[in-house]
Amino acid sequence: MAAAVDSTVVVPASIPRPPDRYRTFTAVISWAAPASLILIVVVLLQQAWPSVVRFGPGFIIGQDWNQVTNTFGALPFIFGTVVTSAIALVIALPVGIAVAVLLAEPGAQGLRGALGTGIELLAAIPSVVYGIWALYVLAPWALLHIETPITDHLAAIPFLGGIPRQTSLFTAALVLAVMILPTLSAVSRDVIRAVPRGLRESTVALGATWWETIWKVILPAARAGIFGATVLALGRALAETVAVAMVIGNRPEIPHSIFAPGYTLAAVIANEFVEATGEIYQGALVEIGLVLILVTLTVNVLALILVHSAKARAAV
Amino acid sequence: MPGSAETKLKVDSLSFFYGKTRALKDVSFEIPERRITAIIGPSGCGKTTLLRVFNRMYDLVPGARAVGTVLLDGSDIVTTTKLLDLRQKVGMVFQRPSPFPMSIRDNVAFGPRLLGWNKARINDVVRRSLENAALWEEVSDRLDEPGTSLSGGQQQRLVIARCLAVSPEVILMDEPCSALDPVATLKIEDLMVQLARDYTIVIVTHNMQQAARVSDFTAFMLMNPEGRHGELIEFAPTATLFNAPSDPRTEAYITGRFG
Repeated sequence: MAAAVDSTVVVPASIPRPPDRYRTFTAVISWAAPASLILIVVVLLQQAWPSVVRFGPGFIIGQDWNQVTNTFGALPFIFGTVVTSAIALVIALPVGIAVAVLLAEPGAQGLRGALGTGIELLAAIPSVVYGIWALYVLAPWALLHIETPITDHLAAIPFLGGIPRQTSLFTAALVLAVMILPTLSAVSRDVIRAVPRGLRESTVALGATWWETIWKVILPAARAGIFGATVLALGRALAETVAVAMVIGNRPEIPHSIFAPGYTLAAVIANEFVEATGEIYQGALVEIGLVLILVTLTVNVLALILVHSAKARAAV
Repeated sequence: MPGSAETKLKVDSLSFFYGKTRALKDVSFEIPERRITAIIGPSGCGKTTLLRVFNRMYDLVPGARAVGTVLLDGSDIVTTTKLLDLRQKVGMVFQRPSPFPMSIRDNVAFGPRLLGWNKARINDVVRRSLENAALWEEVSDRLDEPGTSLSGGQQQRLVIARCLAVSPEVILMDEPCSALDPVATLKIEDLMVQLARDYTIVIVTHNMQQAARVSDFTAFMLMNPEGRHGELIEFAPTATLFNAPSDPRTEAYITGRFG
């Protein structure tokens, strides 16, 4: 940023320190957060222990999910979770940014205000309602207008062939895309609005068109924040449970096509936990929960690393 | 000093409206070529509005509208549809330094790239513009670092270099030093005087000393107390306006009795 400020600012001794009781209180509260995270992991690990002992690290790459033979592996669920979230992001990101750019435009507030509120209201719809809507409206529509044409013409491409189904990884990804759209566009809009006006004016003053201004200056200036919005949205997509469980088909295997049924980590816990009998089966489901934490944690850490390396490169 | 000069910008009975609100009324004067013309006046007198007519910056504001003519070398700015041409000829430097989120080199090359110039020409123009903006020596060994890594004064000179890169004829400056420290301000003022050999410069400033130091001509504007719109009170060579103003309101302002 602007001129470097002398960092050795001397704090006058007369500034009163917060009272000890206040400091103790806030310290306890702030340490409670990481402590509870650790406690949760400990409890989950305890509950999952029979499964951890039985399957070891092989649990992560295991592809069987069989209650009769008591063999459990997490790979189909990891696959389903990562693939549905990735597809959802690929669909929602361009739409979300386009909406954000429109909403961030100065002037003509009336229409944009209504549009913005409408999109934010999407976030207020309970996910089970999304599930019902997806099952009755989105899934049949997608089968007819997206899945069938693609499988007919592009079957040669891996993961795009096979017989399309209404309940599939792709349908789940579509619902997820709609569900993460409000987060993406609302946060991106605020970030784009925060780009200094001078940047926009300077670009226009150089003769740039509206497109050139948005594309070459505004979005690059906002990219760190848009990336943050993306990570936030991805976190929501990875952990979404009910809506996905209703349309993904709930088949615990790695499908040959994104138009075939699959399963996600969150969905299998929600569907099977109540009926799980035997400590191995229950343990396996709890271990799935641990894997889900691991997946979201990995994504967030990767995002942090990306942001830091981008900052180191551009220092914007 | 002033002397005789061709007219670069001819403002003729220009009025300006934001929606139904009149912001300027009947402004007429002629800005001479290759001179520095300062526009001074208290806040709200419409001096920035006037400046933003010269490169049609007001197009960004919904409902804003200019009436009258502003001739740049004889062709009308208010009605032109060739905005890219206009903005290539009339560059602008804003109050806050605004380097783009890219390297120093790319900042300067931004305008030329919009115009589709070839690589060799762009490389050449990047160097020349930075030299003309008195920044080359400070940044020649770090052209690939981000523009935001520069100090405030350097950023403002980078913005001037970016503006020079498309070979403008007129450079508009909207309080270019108000966000800078005194040392950086002096550097920009020196630079303005040098640039005035090749460019027509119009500067809006709050700072009367600055206007007196750098400009050849000065326009004094004031808000009309009844119509609440800005109007031009007096336009004269700077020495005349500051030493022997013909309007009592000008005298009151420059002697600090109001504003």
